[in-house]
Amino acid sequence: MMQIANAQLWVHDQEEALAFYTEKLGWEVRADVTLPEMGDFRWLAVGPAGQEGVSVVLMAIPGQPVMDEATRADVERLMGKGFAGAIFLTTDDVHADYEQLKARGVEFTEPPEQRPYGIDCGFRDPSGNTFRLSQLVELPV
Amino acid sequence: MAFVPPARHLLRAKDLADARYAEPLGVDDLARAAGLSRAHFSREFRRAFGEPPHAYLLTRRLERAAALLRTTDRSVAEICLAVGLQSVGSFTTSFTRAFGRSPTAYRATFPPASLQARVPMCVWRAYSRPSRQHVSRRQAGAAGAA
Repeated sequence: MMQIANAQLWVHDQEEALAFYTEKLGWEVRADVTLPEMGDFRWLAVGPAGQEGVSVVLMAIPGQPVMDEATRADVERLMGKGFAGAIFLTTDDVHADYEQLKARGVEFTEPPEQRPYGIDCGFRDPSGNTFRLSQLVELPV
Repeated sequence: MAFVPPARHLLRAKDLADARYAEPLGVDDLARAAGLSRAHFSREFRRAFGEPPHAYLLTRRLERAAALLRTTDRSVAEICLAVGLQSVGSFTTSFTRAFGRSPTAYRATFPPASLQARVPMCVWRAYSRPSRQHVSRRQAGAAGAA
């Protein structure tokens, strides 16, 4: 049986991302290790409390030898445009989460709105990654 | 108005402790979340969940600290602050009482966090390669020596 363990997002600054995901979103640190044998590569993974099996790895955009300068610039450009990655979240109370996250300074792209599938809203992390937060309705069978 | 069982208010306080343990949260904040006076709240919380609120908050922090000791390479002092505690001395005492060994000794009973992180081989391969510049310099050096 296959399961999703980790998904990865590029971030401009791992410390800034760590503060956002833990202090603003309220997620937990799942792993935070720096590996000297990999050029001080830092594996930093976070995830929502109560969903132990799935983590998001917050990866700094590497330079040489992992990425050449042109590729790195491409990734930064895509991140700047909000096209580098997206995470789709669900919640049981989107209005409460929206108010709480907004009060903590999260940058929302859309307030909660009714959709055919439920109520959802959109926000970004400090690197511009896209998030949707949805309270889903049960669809008729 | 819909009936709300009293424990629902207490659950709100418990959820707050679970969610915001990393902040300088105290029993007063939990009582406020439940909408009760501090003394009344402490009694009711204990009755509902079997332990006083300060003990619940502390054990939540210690549980999170234990997870960070296992899964990160952060120092004990950093972990202490990360779970909302201010004094490393008190943290060490509480941790030792709860887990039977000090934070450092507890960490030593587990494999290193770098192993537990299970960094995938594709990442290892990508990040462990020496940079091209470095290799070129060495090759140039070798060519010069030949």
